Amino acid sequence: MEAALLGLATIIIGVGGCLGYFFFSNQILDRFIFPASGPNAGRNINRANMVRPWLFLLPALVALGLYLAYPVVATLWYSVTDRSQDNAFVGFANYSQMMSEPKFWEAMRNNMMWLIIVPAASTAMGLLVAQLTDRLKWGSFAKSLIFMPMAISFVGASVIFKLIYDTRPVDQAQIGVMNAVWLQFEGGIGSLIFLRLIPAALLLCGAAIAGYVAWGQIQTIREKGQVVLRGLAVVLLAWIGISLALLAFGALTKTLPYGEPQTWLTIPGWNSFLLMIVLIWIQTGFAMVILSAALRGVPEETIEAAIVDGANPFEVFFKIKLPQISSTIVVVWTTITLTVLKVFDIVFAMTNGQWETQVLANYMFDKLFRANDWGVGSAAAMVIMLLVSPILIWNVYNARKEMR
Amino acid sequence: MDNIAGRKSGLSWAVNLSVIFLVLLWLFPTAGLFVSSFRSSDQISANGWWQSMFPTEQNVTLRTADPDDEGAQELVDGLYTVRGNLFDGEDTADISVWGYSSRAIDDFTVGQTAEMKDGETITVEANGDYVWTSPEKLTGRGQRVFATATTPPKFTTENYGTVLSGSGTDGAMAKAFLNTLTVTIPATIIPIVIAAFAAYALAWMQFPGRAILIAIVVGLLVVPLQLALIPLLRLHLGIGIGKGYLGVWLAHTGFGLPLAIYLLRNYMAGLPKDIIENAKVDGATDFQVFTKIILPLSFPALASFAIFQFLWTWNDLLVAKVFLIDATGQTTVMTQQIVELLGTRGGNWEILSTAAFVSIAVPLLVFFAMQKYLVRGLLAGSVK
Repeated sequence: MEAALLGLATIIIGVGGCLGYFFFSNQILDRFIFPASGPNAGRNINRANMVRPWLFLLPALVALGLYLAYPVVATLWYSVTDRSQDNAFVGFANYSQMMSEPKFWEAMRNNMMWLIIVPAASTAMGLLVAQLTDRLKWGSFAKSLIFMPMAISFVGASVIFKLIYDTRPVDQAQIGVMNAVWLQFEGGIGSLIFLRLIPAALLLCGAAIAGYVAWGQIQTIREKGQVVLRGLAVVLLAWIGISLALLAFGALTKTLPYGEPQTWLTIPGWNSFLLMIVLIWIQTGFAMVILSAALRGVPEETIEAAIVDGANPFEVFFKIKLPQISSTIVVVWTTITLTVLKVFDIVFAMTNGQWETQVLANYMFDKLFRANDWGVGSAAAMVIMLLVSPILIWNVYNARKEMR
Repeated sequence: MDNIAGRKSGLSWAVNLSVIFLVLLWLFPTAGLFVSSFRSSDQISANGWWQSMFPTEQNVTLRTADPDDEGAQELVDGLYTVRGNLFDGEDTADISVWGYSSRAIDDFTVGQTAEMKDGETITVEANGDYVWTSPEKLTGRGQRVFATATTPPKFTTENYGTVLSGSGTDGAMAKAFLNTLTVTIPATIIPIVIAAFAAYALAWMQFPGRAILIAIVVGLLVVPLQLALIPLLRLHLGIGIGKGYLGVWLAHTGFGLPLAIYLLRNYMAGLPKDIIENAKVDGATDFQVFTKIILPLSFPALASFAIFQFLWTWNDLLVAKVFLIDATGQTTVMTQQIVELLGTRGGNWEILSTAAFVSIAVPLLVFFAMQKYLVRGLLAGSVK
C-alpha cells in the first residue's frame, strides 16, 4: 500500500514537475529573459523563439543522452577495461577471454539459428494468416485472436509453453500436450507418415525453395552484377538448403524412442527450436497486422487485371501481391530480428541457457550478474550492439532519405 | 460458369477451415493455462487439461468415518455398523470397482460385500454409500477404500484465492501485483509528457540541428537496452538512487523515449499546418499551441504509445531485475515472482498457472479494449 501511495505521489510530482518545468521555463523566457515588450521587443521575440525549442527538448535530450547514448560509450569502455585491476585498460583481453569460452560460441550459434528461423517463420505465418483472413467475413475477429499473444509477457508465454512441454513419468498421465501426442505414436504406419514422411517432405520442400531462390540469385548476378551481396545470399541459401536436406534425411532414418515420455527441453538441438516456437507464437500476430495492412494497400486494379488475364489465386498472391509488399516484408523482418537479438526472458525463464540453449542476451546477463564479470559481460553486450548496427544504419539512412 | 463458381466455394471452404484451424492452434496454449488455473492440483496431475471438460476415471483413496466419533456406530441386529458416504456428499462420482487393500483395488464391483478379517464386512454402492459392520465394537480410524471412480468435470476458483490472498510465497503475488502497478503507471505517463514536448519541437519548430536530432532518435530506437544495464546501475548506485522505484521509472522513461518521440513526431508532423499557423497569427504562444491544439489532436498517437509502454513495462523482467529488485525482495514484480515459482515449484501447476494468468489478465484486458490504437501504433511505429 505504501508503495502504491509512493507511486501516486511520484506520478503527481513527476508529471506535475514535467508540466511545471515546461510552463514556467516558457514563462521565464517570455517575461524576464527576453520580454516581448520594451525597446528591444522585436529582437527579444526572435531570440526567445531561438531558445524555446531547446526548452521543449531539454528533458528528452537529457534522458536520451543519459539512458541510451552514454551507456553505449560506457559499455564500450567497460569492455576494454578490467574492474579487478582498478579499471585499467586491457585492450581486447575481455573479448579474447570471451571467445575462448565454449558457452559464448554456443550462444552465438544459437543466436544465429534464432535470427534465421524466428523472423522467417513469423513473417511467413503472419503473411499466411494475413492473406487467408483478407476477404473473410470474420477475418478481423480471427486476426485479433492470433494477435492476442502480443499482449502476453515473455515470462507468461514461457509458463504457457512449459505446460505444453511438461513431462510426467511413464506410469502417470501426461499433462503436457506434446508428450500426450508423442505417446500416441508407436512406430506403426501412422508414425511413419506423421513423424517421418511428412516432416521429410516439408523439409525437402524448404530445401528446394532455398535452392530455387539461390539459383535465381545466381542468374541475377550474371545479369546485374552485385556479386558480393548476392554471393553472400547464395552462400547463406545454399547452407540453409543443405541443412534442411540433411534434417530431412535425419527425419527418415533416425530411430525414435517410441513410448517413452520425453523431457523435451533437455534434448539439445530440439530444445532451442521449442524455445523459438514461443517467440514465433508471439511475433506472428505482429507480422500479420502489418502485412495485412500492406495487403489491403495493394491496388485493386493490378489484381483484377491479373484475374482477367487468367491468373489463379496462387499466381495472384505470389506474382502480383508479394512483389508489391516486399518493402513491408523487409520492415517486418528487421523489426522481428531486433526483438530476437534482445531475447532474454524466454530463455531465462524456460531453461536459463542450460542444455545448450544459451543465447547472447542471457549469456550477457549471466556474466554481469552471476559471474560478476563486467568486462566480459560488456564485451557480450557490444557483440549484440554490433549485430544491431547494420539495422541501425539502414534505418537512419532511410529516415534521412524520407525527410528530404 | 458453374465450374468457376464451384471451384470458388471450394476454395473459400478451405480458407475458412484453415483459418479456424490456425485460430484454434494459436488459442490452444493460452486456453491450457486458463483451464489449468481453475483445476485443483490433483485434477491437474490426473489428466491433461484438454480432457478436463469430460468425466474422468481415476483411482482414488477414500476413508470411511472414524468409528470412535460420537454416534458414528450403532448396533443393528447384533452387529456394530457404520454408515455414510465415502465422498462426504461433496463430490458426485461414480464408483465402478473398489477394494479394501492397496494391493487389490479392483476386487469388488459396486453393491458387493467384502469380507475382511475378524468377521468385518463392508459394502460400497456406486454413489459412495457404504455400510461397514463388525461383530466386535469398532475402534481406531475409518476403513480405507480404494476405488476407481468416474468424476464429472469440476472446476474451482480456489487457486485464485490462494494466489491473491494467501500467506507466504503464494501471497507474494498480490503484493507483486501492486508493485507491478506501481512500476507501470508512472513509467507510462512520464515518458509521454516528456516525449510530447520534444516531438512538438521536432515537428513544428525551426532550429538548427533538427534533422540530425531526428536521425539520432531513429538510431536510438534500436539500441539494445542490454548495453545500458551496467553503466546505468553504476550511475544509479553512484548518485544515490540505488535500486528502487525511482530508478526503474527513470530507466523505463529513458528506454521508452525514442519510440515515443518517433511515434508522436510522425503523427504531429502530419497534422494540418493551417490550424497551427492560424493560432499563431491569433497570438497564441508555442506553449498554448501545444497544450490547446496539438495535444488534443494527437490523442490517437498518445494512446498508441501509452499502450505500448504499458504492455512493455508490465511485461518486463530484465529492467525490473536490474534496477528494482533488491536483496530484500520487497519490491518484486509479477514476472519475477513467476520466474521464481517456475524455479522452486516447477511442478505446482495450479499455483503457477494461476499466477501466470493473473499477470497476463490485465494486459489482455487492455489489449482487447484498445486494440485499435495498438494496431495504429504498430503501423506507424515500425520504421519504414
